[in-house]
Amino acid sequence: MAVLKSLARSPSAIIGAALLLLILAMAASAGWLFPNDPLSLAGRPLQAPFANPRFPLGTDSVGRNVAAQLFYGARTSLLIGLISTIVAIVIGIVVGALAGFYGRWIDTALMRVTEAFQTVPSFILLLLLVVIFGSHIGTLALTIGVVSWTAPARLTRAEFLTLRNREFVQACRGLGMPNWRIIFFEILPNALPPVIVYASVVMAFSILLESALAFLGLSDPNVASWGNLIADGRRVLRTAAYVATLPGLVILITVLSISLIGQGLNDAMNPRLRRKD
Amino acid sequence: MRILRLALYRLAVSLPCMLIILLGLFLLLQLAPGDAVDALMGQMGSSDTALAETLRQQYGLGGGVATRLAVYLLNVLRLDLGFSVAYNQPVLTVILQRLPVTLLLMISALSFAFAAGMVVGLLAARRVNRWPDTLISMLALIFYATPSFWIGLMGILVFAVKLNWLPSGGINDLSADYSGVRLVLDTAVHLILPTMTLALIYFAIYVRITRASMLEVMTLDFIRTARAKGLKEGAVLVRHALRNALLPMVTILGLQAGGMLGGAVVVESVFTLPGLGRLAHEAVIQRDLNMLLGIVFMSSLLVIAINFIVDLVYARIDPRIEANG
Amino acid sequence: MALSIENLSVRLPRHADREYAVRDLSLDVGDNEIVCVVGESGSGKSIMASSILRLLPEGVTPEAGRILFEGENLFGLPLDAMRGIRGARIGMIFQDPMTALNPLHRVGDQIAETFRLHTSLPPAEVRARVIDLLGQMHLPDPARAARAYPHELSGGQRQRAMIAMALALEPKLLIADEPTTALDVTTQAQILSLIRELQQRNRMGVLFITHDFGVVAEIATRIAVMRHGVLVEEGSAAKVLEAPEHPYTRELIAAVPSLKPPSKEPLQPLGQSVLSIVNVSKTYRQKGRDVAALKNVTLALRRGSTLGIVGESGSGKSTLARCIVRLLTTDSGAIEVDGANITAMTRVEWRKNVRRVQMVFQDPYASLNPRRKVGDLVAQGPLIHGAKAADVYPRVRDLFALVGLDPAAVDRYPHEFSGGQRQRIGLARALAMEPDILVADEPVSALDVSVQAQVLTLIADIQRKLGLSVVFITHDLRVAAQICDRVAIMQGGQVVEEGMAADVLVAPKHPYSQALVAAVPGRKWHAATDV
Repeated sequence: MAVLKSLARSPSAIIGAALLLLILAMAASAGWLFPNDPLSLAGRPLQAPFANPRFPLGTDSVGRNVAAQLFYGARTSLLIGLISTIVAIVIGIVVGALAGFYGRWIDTALMRVTEAFQTVPSFILLLLLVVIFGSHIGTLALTIGVVSWTAPARLTRAEFLTLRNREFVQACRGLGMPNWRIIFFEILPNALPPVIVYASVVMAFSILLESALAFLGLSDPNVASWGNLIADGRRVLRTAAYVATLPGLVILITVLSISLIGQGLNDAMNPRLRRKD
Repeated sequence: MRILRLALYRLAVSLPCMLIILLGLFLLLQLAPGDAVDALMGQMGSSDTALAETLRQQYGLGGGVATRLAVYLLNVLRLDLGFSVAYNQPVLTVILQRLPVTLLLMISALSFAFAAGMVVGLLAARRVNRWPDTLISMLALIFYATPSFWIGLMGILVFAVKLNWLPSGGINDLSADYSGVRLVLDTAVHLILPTMTLALIYFAIYVRITRASMLEVMTLDFIRTARAKGLKEGAVLVRHALRNALLPMVTILGLQAGGMLGGAVVVESVFTLPGLGRLAHEAVIQRDLNMLLGIVFMSSLLVIAINFIVDLVYARIDPRIEANG
Repeated sequence: MALSIENLSVRLPRHADREYAVRDLSLDVGDNEIVCVVGESGSGKSIMASSILRLLPEGVTPEAGRILFEGENLFGLPLDAMRGIRGARIGMIFQDPMTALNPLHRVGDQIAETFRLHTSLPPAEVRARVIDLLGQMHLPDPARAARAYPHELSGGQRQRAMIAMALALEPKLLIADEPTTALDVTTQAQILSLIRELQQRNRMGVLFITHDFGVVAEIATRIAVMRHGVLVEEGSAAKVLEAPEHPYTRELIAAVPSLKPPSKEPLQPLGQSVLSIVNVSKTYRQKGRDVAALKNVTLALRRGSTLGIVGESGSGKSTLARCIVRLLTTDSGAIEVDGANITAMTRVEWRKNVRRVQMVFQDPYASLNPRRKVGDLVAQGPLIHGAKAADVYPRVRDLFALVGLDPAAVDRYPHEFSGGQRQRIGLARALAMEPDILVADEPVSALDVSVQAQVLTLIADIQRKLGLSVVFITHDLRVAAQICDRVAIMQGGQVVEEGMAADVLVAPKHPYSQALVAAVPGRKWHAATDV
């Protein structure tokens, strides 16, 4: 497609893709490089990086392998990012499409609900949901998705509102096409591109949300997570700063790569010069 | 006039929103394992079901769903947000105690992020696609991708631990006994790192939005008209483009309010500030559902209030906005 | 001599569809005349106009030539000197007054800005001058207009404000880039007469860009014709209009529809009404107020004939068109197709009848789904209603041939076609349903004038071949004259006059119809050249 071609020319997309590939490689190779449970006690606590060849990035305050946690943590973050994004986008598209296409009272009702979700700060709502539903990793993926659907919904709704009045949609109505066909086959393919681009923003944010939860000690303690590592590193900040610094850098690289890809997608899909003859 | 009508309209529209939130919270309350009485019983170390029933009737937690909903809504209307078992005080009292610190933090962070973001974004737009723009855009993206708690820790590491320029936490120096101006200054110094930490992501967002908005506005027709009149580029930028470019910025301001409250939870935890955010964190750890619900309610009110002000400011700037029937 | 353009060439950026926007163009504008530059889209006329004040967009650069104004080459001037000329010695007005004015500043302030930039008059004096200027533009309440924001004024009032802004300091040259294209016909007539009046009073040179030869006939002293960036003909108005030399000029002039309907075979007098619109009304709620879009409209369309519905914006013609195809519902009244009342039908009943009335839309770029092959778009209708693909697709190819397109093109995407070709595809899509009635909603308004003529001829041909009955919506009386048997004129949601095209267009009775006919640009020129 033309989009993929312009994507390949965008420097931000290329850098982003390269970085993301790195993180994916980390996640994929975790089991092979570190066959033992990353949360098992491996050695003496607080060994500095590069000091012991067995622990290339050192150990944390309890004696667990930092490098192993970083590599396995990649799996956690990427998985949570992916699942929560899918949940958020699907809910968002359904709500936005219905509100944008049918309008009137359906739109008003759905918009009120969307506003309600947007009014409560997402992170605080997330805290509430964690208290009620627990912080098992699977549950977290769903709840993070549930607090993130409002922006995709608004985006989809805006697209549907515009496209619904486009003449090619009116032409389809004039041909006698039933509504469900118009929504799925005519409008949706044209409405999706900006929402897909926004998915990168949602994913980046999901990863940040999960790591923030982990930092506060509210994520799943049975899973290796970057945020958990930073929480641990906080306690030993003065003496062993690497425990907190390294996972933060990795989070930064991951979120950066996803944002860069999203930016590249955005540039690829938008028309540039507007000329007048 | 127009703005007054708009204000009343916005207030009217926010009521159903609040109602939906309350209904949602009530629903979640039903889904929670155990209720306040269970927590109380746990504290007392008793398992007497008869006593539990009596207590439930007393606290309005007995009866059918409808009764409980009615009781719940009535309480909220009377601003009775329940009792916090952990703090042994009414929820509302505790919340109001912690609110000022959070407000101070948020307002400082928002102001800095908006002002600095606008200036830097303008700079980037003026030198679009040249090296200042590329540098600024790259930095903005990096700041946007950085987790705030990590930056906070790094800030503490560099400025408090290594350089010892700034305090590493708390809102005031508890050992000294400041008052008046010295108290204000002490508070300000303690707030520098937290404000910067919270503001960083939003600074990045405003830089990017200002830049994008300015670039968009500069392609519009009335810019060409302004140039055709003989205006200098600087005047075109400031007098014609900027005001129009501000519109999406102001809209975003309202939307960011909620995000910032969420960010405050993390920042207050990192810097051990006695604010609403850290209260939420503690409430989660202590499973104090009442407190958490009260915080959710208060945050929603805050967001609605901020959005209300933002809408009025927007209407002031844009004469095209009318109150729609 | 107000302006002298010598050998101007303007280059376009790399990925544009052509190399040069303007190539080796030389043109003079005298200091007391109106020079009209005519051309279709892609002719380079707007870029030429923008290069005079050096207001070209990013990437578009003048490569060669000089522009002499008051003895100096504008291309050689430093930017500061250029700014001193802009707005003071040369004024410029643009096409769309809604977007050309800053929506957040009051109109009076924007005009006052010109004074503040170039003079050192005290604010009170500036305010007085602004109000005086707006009065000269014949604005009914100049003080109120000065205090208003652009969105509070009508299109015509906004354009007058723009002209006031451009002429505030009595420049020697006025550049007008399609200033009336976005306006209603009656408003256009007023603005044209205003520009003529101001040109004569200030004795200035005017460079007027347009695509409409009728407008040219109305106001030009001299005419220059551009095509693909090159000047193909130039001369006095009388000469170019009466005896054009270049074949392209002749083609353009021939393509402009005349107000006089062509002589046709007389209409079958016994033609039964295939479409009856009886007392139809529709009201919208907009911004808290009720807007009556249609008020008791009654019209009839006889089988095999074409009914034109003509009106300006807000007349209700588009609303009526959409009611006929049931894209909108009426509040009261009945619409009957071949005796069947379609407004009373349920959704299920209507689905069975939908093929009877089909629509062709105005915007060739928005009326085709960009993600579908054009063959699929035309086949969609019959397929949805149960026809088999094996039967439909051969018909699609036949239809393509019927509308003048290559049948092999069914596998291409809409963006590969030109505007005129897309309208043909839209026509094929409507015809695929084998309708009794075709509703054409301004099908040629977005097309260049030469393409317009082709599509109109096509519609007329198809109507004859297939025995269609056509409802033709347009704002352009000249187009209606060419193709309609009967014409109905709408204003404010009501039908003010209806009758045979020859009667209504040549001798209108209602005052509004008379105003509409009188406002057609270049009417006298047409009347003189029509035999």
